[in-house]
Amino acid sequence: MAAYRIGIDVGGTNTDAVVLDEDLAVVASVKRPTTADTGDGVADAIDAVIDAAGIDPTLVSHAMLGTTHCTNAIVERRGLGRVGVLRLGAPATTAVPPLEGWPDDLRRAIGEHVHVLSGGFEVDGRRLAEIDEDAVRAACDSMRGRVDAVAVVGVFSPVDESQEQRVAAIVEQELDVPVSRSSRIGSLGLLERENATVLNAALMQTLKQMATGFVAALRARGIPATPYFGQNDGTLMQLEYALEFPVLTIGCGPTNSIRGAAHLSGASDALVVDIGGTTTDVGVLVGGFPRQSAHAVEIGGIRTNFRMPDVLSVGLGGGTIVRDGGAALGPDSVGYRLPQEGLAFGGGTLTATDIALSVGAARIDGVATPAVDGEVTQTAWQGIRSLLEDTIDRMKPSAAAVPVILVGGGGIIAPDELDGVSDLIRPDHFGAANAVGAALGDVAGQVEKIYRVEATESGRRAARDDAARDAVERARLAGAAPSTIEVVAIEELPAAYSDGQQVLIRARAVGRLS
Amino acid sequence: MRVITEADIDEIALGAAVLGTGGGGDPHVGSLIAKRLIRLHGPVRMLGVDELTDDDFVVPVGGIGAPSVSVERIMAESELLAVLDGIERGTGRKPTAVMPIEVGGGNSMIPIAAAAIAGLPVVDGDAMGRAFPEAQMVTYHLAGYGPGTTVLVDHHGNEVISRPVDGAWSERLARAVTIEMGGGATMVDYAYPGDVARECAIPETLTLAKRIGGILRGRDALGRELRDDERIDALCADLGAIRLFDGKVRDLQRAVDGGFTRGAAELDGVGAVRGSAFRLDFQNEMLLARRDGELAAVTPDLIAVLDLATGMPITTDAVRYGARVAVIAIPCHEKWRTPEGLHTAGPQHFGYDVEWTPVEELAANKKEAL
Repeated sequence: MAAYRIGIDVGGTNTDAVVLDEDLAVVASVKRPTTADTGDGVADAIDAVIDAAGIDPTLVSHAMLGTTHCTNAIVERRGLGRVGVLRLGAPATTAVPPLEGWPDDLRRAIGEHVHVLSGGFEVDGRRLAEIDEDAVRAACDSMRGRVDAVAVVGVFSPVDESQEQRVAAIVEQELDVPVSRSSRIGSLGLLERENATVLNAALMQTLKQMATGFVAALRARGIPATPYFGQNDGTLMQLEYALEFPVLTIGCGPTNSIRGAAHLSGASDALVVDIGGTTTDVGVLVGGFPRQSAHAVEIGGIRTNFRMPDVLSVGLGGGTIVRDGGAALGPDSVGYRLPQEGLAFGGGTLTATDIALSVGAARIDGVATPAVDGEVTQTAWQGIRSLLEDTIDRMKPSAAAVPVILVGGGGIIAPDELDGVSDLIRPDHFGAANAVGAALGDVAGQVEKIYRVEATESGRRAARDDAARDAVERARLAGAAPSTIEVVAIEELPAAYSDGQQVLIRARAVGRLS
Repeated sequence: MRVITEADIDEIALGAAVLGTGGGGDPHVGSLIAKRLIRLHGPVRMLGVDELTDDDFVVPVGGIGAPSVSVERIMAESELLAVLDGIERGTGRKPTAVMPIEVGGGNSMIPIAAAAIAGLPVVDGDAMGRAFPEAQMVTYHLAGYGPGTTVLVDHHGNEVISRPVDGAWSERLARAVTIEMGGGATMVDYAYPGDVARECAIPETLTLAKRIGGILRGRDALGRELRDDERIDALCADLGAIRLFDGKVRDLQRAVDGGFTRGAAELDGVGAVRGSAFRLDFQNEMLLARRDGELAAVTPDLIAVLDLATGMPITTDAVRYGARVAVIAIPCHEKWRTPEGLHTAGPQHFGYDVEWTPVEELAANKKEAL
């Protein structure tokens, strides 16, 4: 019997949904406006795509949701849980207490139940200080009834997570709230890891509400599918795992669009140019996955250490407003009002879409070519071309011409030929690449740990094997079928200012959905 | 800027990252410490180097150790006062002013934080005018002064006071103690009366860092707004610096040993220099720049790598394949251009078999050749 999967991408403007068959071919795709209550928009999109695909809803085996819900909650400081922070680091680290440098409004939204307690490790694995269990219990007493979740953050916990585990167990015993441990969330760099852990704790409720709505929408339609959430590295996590690590959903939007573009086009190394209504996002596809950014990522004004896709955004989209006789493009856009305000649609605003229609590069069914002055058209068209060419050039991994995959609803404004581009690919269903990306079935586990090893080949190998095992286990927890899990990367970095016996090992395993 | 307020810190830190030439540690954690202590204890008064009197006792304060430790096991607030108490105990003199030992990187911030918590002024100057990896690479050493009484403290309250016979011994002893202290510690060395600081310190380097930070945040010295793509050129104009190369990182070798991040980056030219190849060698700091095999700039002149789009400085740890960068060279202070300066921090000291040539001269030769 056939089985299908549904992919949904909830963006700021549109909610996209696709149905894929067992061979991951697109059966149908739809676009619906995102609603204030995102649950309604999701339910609406599910109805529409099931209808368009003409399939029996009981045959949908997997349902994947990519959402900016958590990102928006942080950016808008809305619907966040109150978090107690237990840092294990005293007597060190007191020069920068937790939440230092956070915007005041976000600090208020999360609450200021912050404790710096005895504990932590040194870089070489020695104990910085023992944990003080009485102090942990006293901190719990002071937070009882005042927090919705607790973040436990130990100095050098990626080297040794035993203290974090012990303290988390005490907190769970004392307070009936979920606990986020930093060694499960981030890598070295105390403040960035702590920030990510606190945000994760604050988002636990947020994602739970969204997940509840999503599951209810599926079940109300008789869809038995296992629900999954997209995460920032382009892979999926199971509902239970997502509820424990909601912060990992941040940044899945651009990742999904790059992964979706790869799937729709069949390419594995290319640039992905996602043209929306307001911006163009250019990402780099390397070996089928997005190239990650090397910089610390700020979310809502907070430094975190998330690995995010390296994306360059410029203010050019289908709704970009054209002024000054075609010489000025945006950066503002009519956005989702394009079908009302664009010239070709009977509105009064000259947009990039009107230019593409006027020059004859694009056609939209039922829409006539707008009357735009020829010189204005040529100037603006040249401007669009230069902007795209320059943006593409800035992201290219080498000077050689690269294939470019064009996706996104605004893709019609791109010229068919661009300098520095070897092949311009416009795959079918290009408008819903992000939802396709959400529906693709890989799940990953990643680990980053410091090992103290003998400087022998066997010592190093044992450490690498341990990291690899840990990554495989995390992939399995995230929902990968054990027989398909492969370790895709192991990186070894010697730790600085040490006696040369410490290595930082990063391992990543990926498998197909079970 | 006669006082340093919380609002000044981000710009100083950004400028310090440029002067750090890829090393010196990320000033981010230090900037959080400095901002917090200024908020709690009030703005920090800044003293010009020429305002120091013979009665002053000028104490350079800084962090020593691995940047990767300092961002994970962040310092205890108590270390700042402890290290000042230590130097007083070790010398019998009360500090009257704090100074950065190096303006480049995170050590620009620690003295400001110490000054705030101790209620002391900070000297607008430092002993490097940039960042260097070894303790004897300071202008005091060039003028024949030893490290004097040195103090190392840690988060446990350990205090090690020593009197090394010279800068090399100071470096060796401090490194051993720092490893035992967990790979990071707070240090005072080269603490001297005001007349010696006047003779040795490179003046106005905190002000310089703030000016650099201001330009990279889009405001030139006259307060005019700068577009993103104008910032790097504006910075070069202000500093008398040379924009050596715009390029994309094609290849990268990097290894960490003995507390150093050593390696090289190969760049392909973009824009006007497309077709040219560029190579950067680093040991914590960027030390050597070659264009198509020819020397373009070398230590002790400053080589800074900036993000091509935003102008933001990039550390040697963060350089990555595919990054688009601008490489600029800033002429170092004349104290480094003496035989003693070049012996201490010139190319041969770092194992590069090239003759130091002023970056201005290299650029002029290049222009002539074209």
